[in-house]
Formats: sequence, C-alpha cells, structure tokens
Amino acid sequence: MRDALERQRHILDFTIASLLRRKGKNGSLLAVYTLIIFILASVLFFTHALKREATEVLRETPEIIVQRTMTGRYQPIPLAYADRIRDIRGVITVQPRLWGYYYDGNFLANYTLVVPREDPPEPGKIDIGSGISRIREAYPGDIIGFTGHDGKPRNFSIRKILSDESQLISADLILISEADYRDFSGISADQATDLVLRVRNPKEYTTIAEKITRLLPDSRPIVRTEILRTYDAVFSWRSGLVIVIFSAAALAFVIFAWDKATGLSAEERREIGILKAVGWETSDVLQMKFWEGSAISLTAFLLGMILAYAHVFFASSFLFAPVLKGWSTLYPQFRLVPYVNFGHVAAIFFLTVVPYTVTTIVPSWRAATIDPDAVMR
Amino acid sequence: MRFSHSALYLAVTGTLLAVMAGLGAYSCFAVVAATPRLVRMSLMVKNLELTDLCLFSEASYTRHLSMADRFTPFQDSPMVFEHFPSGAVAGPPPHLIPIQNRRWIQGGED
Amino acid sequence: MISARDITKTFNAGKPNEFTAVSEVTLAIDFHRVTILKGPSGSGKTTLLGIVGCMSRPTSGRIFLGEREITSLPERFLTDIRRRTFGFIFQQFNLIKGLTVLDNVMTPAYPTSERFPSLRKRALETLALFNLEHKADAKVEWLSGGEAQRTAIARSLINNPSIIIADEPTAHLDTKLSHEFMAIMRRLKGEGKTIILSSHDPIVYDSDLADSVVEMRDGRIVSSGPRP
Repeated sequence: MRDALERQRHILDFTIASLLRRKGKNGSLLAVYTLIIFILASVLFFTHALKREATEVLRETPEIIVQRTMTGRYQPIPLAYADRIRDIRGVITVQPRLWGYYYDGNFLANYTLVVPREDPPEPGKIDIGSGISRIREAYPGDIIGFTGHDGKPRNFSIRKILSDESQLISADLILISEADYRDFSGISADQATDLVLRVRNPKEYTTIAEKITRLLPDSRPIVRTEILRTYDAVFSWRSGLVIVIFSAAALAFVIFAWDKATGLSAEERREIGILKAVGWETSDVLQMKFWEGSAISLTAFLLGMILAYAHVFFASSFLFAPVLKGWSTLYPQFRLVPYVNFGHVAAIFFLTVVPYTVTTIVPSWRAATIDPDAVMR
Repeated sequence: MRFSHSALYLAVTGTLLAVMAGLGAYSCFAVVAATPRLVRMSLMVKNLELTDLCLFSEASYTRHLSMADRFTPFQDSPMVFEHFPSGAVAGPPPHLIPIQNRRWIQGGED
Repeated sequence: MISARDITKTFNAGKPNEFTAVSEVTLAIDFHRVTILKGPSGSGKTTLLGIVGCMSRPTSGRIFLGEREITSLPERFLTDIRRRTFGFIFQQFNLIKGLTVLDNVMTPAYPTSERFPSLRKRALETLALFNLEHKADAKVEWLSGGEAQRTAIARSLINNPSIIIADEPTAHLDTKLSHEFMAIMRRLKGEGKTIILSSHDPIVYDSDLADSVVEMRDGRIVSSGPRP
C-alpha cells in the first residue's frame, strides 16, 4: 500500500515538474479554467441561495390575491367584490389591500406604497424602507415631500426606518396610513388595490380561484404557490443574456481545452517515448497523464469554487450587481444566506474535472503503447 | 532538504480542500444563524402582506414580479418588452406563461 | 551470460515497406565483460541492442538472460526486468528538456517505490561520481555536450543495473569527450558491470577495453570473437 502511494508520489513529482516547465502556458490555462468555473459557480450559488431565501421569506405571503383587470389593465377593485367572494365556501376572510407605486423623479426611483393592517403610522407620518432612507438621506423625524395624484405636494414626517436586515423585501417600502393613502392616490373609499383571501384548506386554492373567476369574470386570482414559483423561475438564466454571452466564452474554452488536451505535440510524444525507454510502463505513462489532467482541472475547480463562494456570500455578488441593478437606483444591500446545493457542486465537478481529465488521458493512450525502443530508431 | 514537487502540489490541494470544507461548515453554521432573521422577515411579509422580493425596483412589473400581468411590459408598445435591463435576467412568472411554452422559456428546474 | 538464439526482427511485416533489420542472429554475451557491436549504420546494431535490452521483442528467436527465457514474458515483467537489469545510454542522450539534471536522473526510478529522500540522495551521489553535483538544479538544455553525456550516463545508473547498454555513444562527441566516455566505461567495468556498446567509431571498437567485438552487416553477424 505504502509502496503504491510512493510510486504515485513519484509520478506526481514528475508531472508537476513537467507542468512547471511551461509556466506561462499552463498558468494561463489554469487561470481561464478557474474563471469559467468561478462564473458558473457564482451564477449557481447566487440563484440557488436567492431562491432558497425567497422561499423561506415568502412562506407567509397572502394565500390568494384577487386583482381586477379591465381591458388588460389593473383597476382598483370595488369593496363589494369582497362580499361576494366571502360567500364562497372555504373562504375564511377577505380583506382589502391598499398599495401602489410612487415614482420619485428627483431620485429616479420607484417606491412601493403599502398600507399596513397592523400598527399603521398615524396620518401625516410614514415609515420608510432603509433603501429610501439611504438614497434620500432621510431619518426619523425628517419631513419628506411627495407629489400626490392631483399634483399637489404633501409632506410626511418619518416615524421610523424599517429594519436594515430586511432590505431584500423592504428597501423601497413606504408604509402609510389608509387616510393618507386614499388622499394621496385618489382612490375612492369604496375601492381597494386588490383583495387578500384566507382559505380554510390549501388544497382548495385552485378550486376557489376557479370559482372566483366564474363569479367575477373581470377578476384575476393569484395563489400563493404561484407567487413562490415565481422566484423558482425568476432567474431562468438559461434564457438570460448573461448566459448567452457566457456560453460563448465557455464554448471557446472547451475548444481551447479540447485542443490542448487532445492534441499531443511531437515533443510530448517524444517525451513519452523517452519515459518508455528509461523503464516506464504504459500504465505509468497513463497515470502521469491522469495526474496532469487532474492537477490542472482539480486546482481550477477548487480555486473557482472558493472564489465564487467568497464572491457571492462575502462580497455580495458585486460582479453581478450591474446586471441585477439594471436601471434601478434603489438596490437593496443584502448578504445572502449561504445556502449551497451540494448537488450543484458535484455537478460542476463532474462537468469540468472529469471530462478534462479524460480528454487528457485518452489521446496519450496510443502514444503510451509504442515500443520503448522507438526513440532509438 | 528541498520539498518534492508532489509535496508542494499536495499541500496546495490539501489547503484548498480544507478551505472548501471550511466554507461548507461555515454554510451550515450561517444557515442556522440566519434563521431568526429569516423568521423576522417572513413575519414582516405576513404582516404587510408582501408578495415579492425588492430586487428590481426599476419598473412596476419587475418590482412585483408575481403581481405582473402579461400585458404590462407591452403597455406602451410591443417594443418595450425587455425595455429594462432586468428583463434580461428575470423571466416572467410561470403562471403567466402558456403551458405549452413553459419549458422552452424557463428551461425547467433551477 | 545473455544469449540470443536465431533472432530475427522484421518491421512492417506484410506491408510493401517490410524490411528485416536483424536476421537469424545467434550471439552470446558474457557478464562482466565489454562487448562491442561494430558495423556501419543500418547494419542492425541498434535493433539488436534493443532486443537484447528487452526494449522490443524479436519477430522470431529467443533471448535468455542467464537461465531465464525472457522473450515471452508479458510487458509488465519485461519492463520490470529491463528497469532493474539494464541501463541505457542513447545516441541522442534523450534527456527530457525543461527538467533539471536531477529530475532527469531520477526519472527511471520513479516507477519504483523508493522513498523520495533516499532516491534524491542516491541521484546526487551518482551525479557526484561524474562531477555534476553542482549542476543538479540546472535545466538540461543549458548543459554542454560532455555534461549532457555524463547526465545520460548518470541516469542509466540510477537503478543500479548490472548491464549498461550504449548505442553509438560517441557519435555526437569530439575526440576528447569520446576518450572521456571510454574512461568512464572502464571505471564501470572495473565495478563489475557488463557493458554492451554499438559503434562504428574506432575509438570505441579499437579500444583495449573491448573484450569481444561482434561485427555486423545487413542484419547479420559477419565476425565475432575477442578483439583482434
């Protein structure tokens, strides 16, 4: 056992010495390889962690939301709809929800106005998300002005800032009292933005949603499972632009690596001949090639993975930020919970390290089976 | 005596493996440590009846992805689809995609 | 004694470019002696050396190493015997470029399970025999012709073989270095090594070192016996 290990150590010695001869070439190969794995792993880590976090956080999202549409546009929903829906069997409560958007032209930011059901700010006061506080440098006690639907400015005093840790859901929120919201948006007292339902049995979501559509043809129910599924599909990144560009780069690397790994240069062929001549067996040569392939690909894999982890979970995915931010000026600052799917790690391993190592060994097969006296001829 | 090449390589690989194992352990620890915060956040979601993550605040249909309807991105003209850069990374919510197109657009699983 | 019986080696058998490098050669080589294969290039010396040194198999005929018939052994055993019994010095030296002198010398011993520190120590000692210890960390392409030759010899000795085989060892050396090479061979013979050289250089085959000279032409032995 110890002897076999020692033999492998020797062969590894030779392999590393041999790789170190072409520091520039093998170094750049390693760098590009690491970069590819880094990007791939970053995307997977980021999307997986974000999805997991979304699932955890949005677990308590409303069970069913009923919106009203007219010619394809949202309309405020009459409160009378609530009474009709309440009669459907299985529905426990129907509550109106008041919310909307406010575009702040000065800061080019979209805010979300929400009227909380519990502990709303008294009229004239608002709670703001920490993202708004950050870009407007507004703090509790400050007065902040918005332009209402009628073009008249309205001033609010800030009651408190929503917790910093919840930025991922609350960065752009403005919590406002119902009276202020109706005055600000002009929505009449017998209307709401949409309705929120609580239902006795989650299995009945679909049935109830169907009943609502039948009862009120201009309504559109959205059930909790659909909301949760949204974040499972949100980074359907295979259709994303980033991935299109990335796959081109990855493909270029595959061609490069394939060429590097499969094409045995005349010099490499000669070296294999020398090794055979000085007493290496075919299997020793193949083991050497195995170490060569795995040294490069395993190192790239480990480096790429570690860097990707640090990038996503310690450095807040700063490289992705420009893509994710888009034009938003109000981007939450958050550090994702490091949920890692070990299946992803294994998948990257089997998609990178294994094929690379195999493509290094296979073409050497023929060269390794030549007669040892070939170099004498 | 000088170290052999393999000793150097094994040391580097061993270190990297140890770092990776350390990160794995850190993950397990951090996930547990984050639970109270996630519980507080989900309580906020419940109280404020929120439906979406505040990832893309640039347009209403990207801010509340799950509330968006199929027409919103087109509301000004068909050309404004993908008008906002986030449209390139964020897909439409699955319940808006006709079933026969779903697989093709979303690519299925995560 | 190494004995070869009715050795024939045919390359590209059955093809239009078929050619027989060695035909029906029978030869006995004594241990602890110096045997020279003499003859013009293309006479089959190198091929015969390869066969005797277990590098390749004859198309027909048999080789005995002592009492043991080695022609029919599978590759693994043959390689093992070759590694432990023979040390090769090639015409072109065949050092691996880019590696250090020390790495090159240790290469034949890598498939063995000797511990690294002891292997390294032995390699340095072997280099010291040839006054090369200060070059141990130099890359082989920086060596002079003589140093490269001595490195190649050191490499052939690393597995402590009992038989040294050298193919046209002086072909790329000037007269002074050729004499130096023969001096080294003399030393090795003194240590009890069996030495088999192929050459068409008079410095080699007319040397008083040669115990027996085998003359070859067109793949056959034309004369053999003690040096005239």
